[in-house]
Amino acid sequence: MNEKYEAVIGLEVHAQLLTDTKIFCGCSTKFGSAPNTNVCPVCLGQPGVLPVLNKKVVEYTVLMGLATNCTVNRKSIFARKHYFYPDLPKNYQISQYEEPICEYGHITIDLKDGTKKKIGITRIHMEEDAGKSIHDQDFDTLIDLNRTGTPLMEIVSEPDIRTPEEAYLYLTKLKQILTYLGICDGNMEEGSLRCDANISVRLKGETKFGTKTEVKNMNSFRNVERALAFEIERQIDLLEDGKEIIQQTLLWDADSNVAQPMRSKEEAHDYRYFPDPDLMPVVIEDKMLDEIKKQMPELPDAKKNRFIEKFALPSYDAEILTSSRELADYYEKILTVTSDYKSASNWVMTEVLKVVNEEKIDITDFPVSPENLGKLIELINNKTISGKIAKDVFTEMLKSNRDPETIVKEKNLVQITDSSEIESIVEKILSNNQKQVEEFLSGKEKVLGFLVGQIMRETKGKANPQIVNDILRDKLSSLK
Amino acid sequence: MLKLTQYRNHSEKIELIKSGKISLRKNVEEFLHEIEDKKELNAFNFVFDDVLLQADKVEEKIKKGSAGKLGGMVISIKDVLSIKSRPMTCSSKILKNYEAVYTATAVQKLLDEDAIIIGKTNCDEFAMGSSNENSAFGIVRNPHDTERVPGGSSGGSAVSVAADLCDASLGTDTGGSIRQPAAFCGVYGLKPTYGRVSRYGLTAFASSFDTIGPFAKSIEDIALIMSVISGKDPKDSTSHDIEVPAFTLNVDNVEKYRVGIPKEYLNPSSEGGLDQEIKEAIENQIDLLKENGYEIKEISLPHTEYAIATYYILTTAEASSNLSRYDGAHYGYRSDKANNLFDMYTESRTEGFGKEVKRRIMLGTYVLSAGYYDAYYRKAQKVRRLLKEDFDKAFQQVDIMLTPTTPTVAFKIGEKSADPLQMYLSDIFTTPANLAGIPGINIPVGKNSEGLPIGLQLMANHFEELKLLRFAKKLETIQ
Repeated sequence: MNEKYEAVIGLEVHAQLLTDTKIFCGCSTKFGSAPNTNVCPVCLGQPGVLPVLNKKVVEYTVLMGLATNCTVNRKSIFARKHYFYPDLPKNYQISQYEEPICEYGHITIDLKDGTKKKIGITRIHMEEDAGKSIHDQDFDTLIDLNRTGTPLMEIVSEPDIRTPEEAYLYLTKLKQILTYLGICDGNMEEGSLRCDANISVRLKGETKFGTKTEVKNMNSFRNVERALAFEIERQIDLLEDGKEIIQQTLLWDADSNVAQPMRSKEEAHDYRYFPDPDLMPVVIEDKMLDEIKKQMPELPDAKKNRFIEKFALPSYDAEILTSSRELADYYEKILTVTSDYKSASNWVMTEVLKVVNEEKIDITDFPVSPENLGKLIELINNKTISGKIAKDVFTEMLKSNRDPETIVKEKNLVQITDSSEIESIVEKILSNNQKQVEEFLSGKEKVLGFLVGQIMRETKGKANPQIVNDILRDKLSSLK
Repeated sequence: MLKLTQYRNHSEKIELIKSGKISLRKNVEEFLHEIEDKKELNAFNFVFDDVLLQADKVEEKIKKGSAGKLGGMVISIKDVLSIKSRPMTCSSKILKNYEAVYTATAVQKLLDEDAIIIGKTNCDEFAMGSSNENSAFGIVRNPHDTERVPGGSSGGSAVSVAADLCDASLGTDTGGSIRQPAAFCGVYGLKPTYGRVSRYGLTAFASSFDTIGPFAKSIEDIALIMSVISGKDPKDSTSHDIEVPAFTLNVDNVEKYRVGIPKEYLNPSSEGGLDQEIKEAIENQIDLLKENGYEIKEISLPHTEYAIATYYILTTAEASSNLSRYDGAHYGYRSDKANNLFDMYTESRTEGFGKEVKRRIMLGTYVLSAGYYDAYYRKAQKVRRLLKEDFDKAFQQVDIMLTPTTPTVAFKIGEKSADPLQMYLSDIFTTPANLAGIPGINIPVGKNSEGLPIGLQLMANHFEELKLLRFAKKLETIQ
């Protein structure tokens, strides 16, 4: 990015809420049903139908508002947003416009340089999703209205974001909070989390905003970063060439890595918002607010701080372990068996996450239970097995999630800690490797590793490495 | 042969059926015969062919003593209310081939009490009109003078009751669409409090104004139907969770309600004013009340002159939104001229909607447009609040308000159809109740020198339908 300029970015994020039923009728929100089966007169927009608000949607949105430090408006109203499109049967979307349910919030993102930055949240409101138009068929266009009326929450940020990286961090933080609350699965690729961006650029130090454009259709976190970088470059290039920026909407094309302007006809909308007369104002009483507050789980930042303080973990570990609520839960379950916080952290961050990432599975589907992993750590700490043997036992546990103690017994992997037994093995190895012993005595310290290796091989890795080391050094120094 | 007019209300009818003096089947056959006989009135869009079958079933129940409260009452339904597997057209070309996929709550409640639904009545297209001249099924004629309009928009419902084509009817009232045709046709018509009767299944015209209410030939039947259709409906968030009274009319021990006469109604500032004969008829009723010891108070509803303008800004705004779903995409009429999406919308709507509906969609779209919203829609909402406050204040002084229902008697077909503003002014006395959400009823109070019915309107505070009905009954007894 040209150093003279800075970008001003605001994001509008739509999060599909994980309610069982739609926002204004009793239809299922289940994904993947046969087209047009999760529908009823209400979501089909038949004449005479009326919307009835799903209370869960209010609860979820208030939870998000509280989690993002918003003011929860005790009275909010639904409005109709009008545009004609076949996947919107009423030709208006029920949304919120004036008087949304949550306003004036913020979240904090951790920048790479270790500093923290607040990103303001202008508003969060509730609305209904549209259906899906399927164009690439032999027919002209097919419409599936299963998604019509699925509850959405729109989260609008202040124009506080300055770089694509910040946008990425903001989005991942939002996703983290949403999934912690259990109100959205946060999957951008599947469309349950969607993001549109408003972007303008200006000379550094300038306080007025430049002309903004809107970029849509960015369906992954990385795409958001790329699309923003592209659009910022494009705007700076225009300004550098002395050209004007046209206020317009662009669609990100992930295949060719460019943002293309939408046809102007498609964006020339006057939505004619007005309060929906079919729905009463949403009033949140103290009692309801208290009940929602009780549902509030520990949020990522608080959990991370607790991990650092209570378990004396490095910030890096705590960050990774609290990246999702499930992973943090997994970690904390290990600690019901062992109090070796750091070892537990190491095991999760290396062995566990390696498998999770390679196999692309959720931590909740991880084959080794946290309790068994805790036992394994205890087996190392009480010197029943060595760390090296533990890796083998872990590999075995991945296949069966059996109790590590059982595996160790069955496979006869208990560590040899008897010094006299180890001493006789050491003597045997030394007498068999005279050449290396002499090399060591002449100063080649490296040879020690070879000799340890031989001993471990002899014991199939079961000898306690510390004892082996001690005895070996004793024997060798007595030879000097 | 026994005549329809042999009973004055439903309880008398039930007695006659129980005692074997009339048969329900015969009664329904007579209605069907009358409908056929008075076809030129054009009151019905659809007459159900299984109505005799319904009658037989209900008659059986009546004899066994297991029939519901409305057992044997023959009711017509305005063609803007859904009845599953029956056509529902809203008297519009755009829904001419549409069949409802569910039943409106109010209609379901009638069916649950064994009412017999005889058919769907003609009305102004999407309930927009005051004369029933805006219908894709043709105009409806006034049985008192077939050269005159029956009023609207529930013209067919009013005529079906006035011309003895059924016992009662369910209509809808957004700005007077029950009371005005009831006045023009000389029958009772009640517009309930907004929120008293579920709107679920009522094709929306203006959602914050629309109400469903009964037409009947007696106050007793109006009360009986109200006792059935009222109540909170989980399917309608705007229906009110308030106790539904039994609607018993025993008026002997009822207190003497204080009656208010809004001065703006008897001396309207609008062009045309108030018909002299109607004014006299109303004044006669006021005198009668005075003679019977009622306290009559002149009151003021100072914002009355803004009612029509406010009403048309807000209702057209809501209508433009509510009617956007009729687009040819999912159901109803689709033009075969179009070969792309945009043309499908414009051609289907251009061909499918009638002139008045299009006028209101355009007006409503305009008042909601960016740059005009504050000047029209938002300002009209503020005036609506002022109009409501007028009523709140007035009801601190009086229990009942008494006014003419309409400024004129039924006018000639074609007389006002060229001048929408004149047409809109025929609702001048009825729109305020919809703006305020309060109940109102038309009481027939005789005829003018040409033999045309005159209607008196009573209004009461929110959810005080029972007061209205008891007072109406009292008024009837002192005639």
